[in-house]
Amino acid sequence: MRCTRCRARPEVYLRAHNAAFCRACYLVYFRRQVERAIAADAMFTPEDRILIAVSGGKDSLALWDVLLDLGFRATGLYLDLGIGDYSNGSRRRVEEFAGARGLALRTVALATSGPGLAVPQVAAATRRPPCAACGTMKRHHFDGEALAGGFTVLATGHNLDDEAARLLGNVLHWQRDHLARQRPVLPASHPKFVRKVKPLHLVSEYETAVYAFMRGINYVVEECPNAVGATQLVYKDALNRIEAESPGTKLRFVKEFLRTTQPIFAQTEHDPPGDCLRCGMPAYGSVCGFCRLVAEVERRRDHTATASA
Amino acid sequence: MRVHLRPQHRTVEVEGPRTVGRLLDELGILPGTAMVIRGDLLLTDRETLQDGDEVEIRAVISGGR
Repeated sequence: MRCTRCRARPEVYLRAHNAAFCRACYLVYFRRQVERAIAADAMFTPEDRILIAVSGGKDSLALWDVLLDLGFRATGLYLDLGIGDYSNGSRRRVEEFAGARGLALRTVALATSGPGLAVPQVAAATRRPPCAACGTMKRHHFDGEALAGGFTVLATGHNLDDEAARLLGNVLHWQRDHLARQRPVLPASHPKFVRKVKPLHLVSEYETAVYAFMRGINYVVEECPNAVGATQLVYKDALNRIEAESPGTKLRFVKEFLRTTQPIFAQTEHDPPGDCLRCGMPAYGSVCGFCRLVAEVERRRDHTATASA
Repeated sequence: MRVHLRPQHRTVEVEGPRTVGRLLDELGILPGTAMVIRGDLLLTDRETLQDGDEVEIRAVISGGR
């Protein structure tokens, strides 16, 4: 086997593309993939102020690295979720990455911000799956920080595997509202929203991991302890089994959905959000998802306090 | 050879020679779900590992929800 571009000895073989690459050519390939995705969906321009949500994992740090390499300005946003050693290690990786490159980084600790609720406390109080509570809290803080900082774009490191697993879940449960919003660019549908983009949506997590490794990025290899048994991982495993038998399936699944079917669902998207009565951020009901979550925690705490009094 | 599995923090001893692809298959690891690293280089499935080799198999799957 030889590098598809230069015939040198390869370090990586991508079954979905039937292509092998040496290190130098792989880095060129990866940058082009991201560059094409950004251009194809007009995600942003060098004039945009980009806020990138970074977790310390391979995807978000690889995205930050490649965006800078492509000449875009991007400020990092790290949310400290308060998940013990996992959050401490993640935060250290992000701070090291930003510090070594002289990059601007905004950090929000959920335990000391707003209502002061970290993910473990919310999950315990509401008995919701931790990942569901976490997602709601992240989205609220991403939106709030993008607005507060005057950014024009919020970028996340969702990769092809994330999008394929999400699509599988949305199709299995016919989540039409979710299918209507599953696309790589979500325009700002409210004055307090900024455009949301996923520049890695067509590169697999193997590809982002290889990029991060080759670039010497010290990312968090350990998985979030709350992710054990998460439904998304079940979907990813099922898709990887199919992919092993039929390479390229995940890429076709997502690309063809976006090309042929997503526009149909997008027509059914409900009205733009209004303002949350509690926090003033966009909401699809009278109260936004985050404030509903906080209210649920407060109710359960009051109930527990009353019961033990 | 010595095989370090991350993030499981587990090490297994495997006899060589054998290809990377066969090693992954024997360990029940699906293609495209892990990087195989020897020193500071990545290895493709077709590379052959020898008895004295020390490699890391690093999973690339992450996620929740």
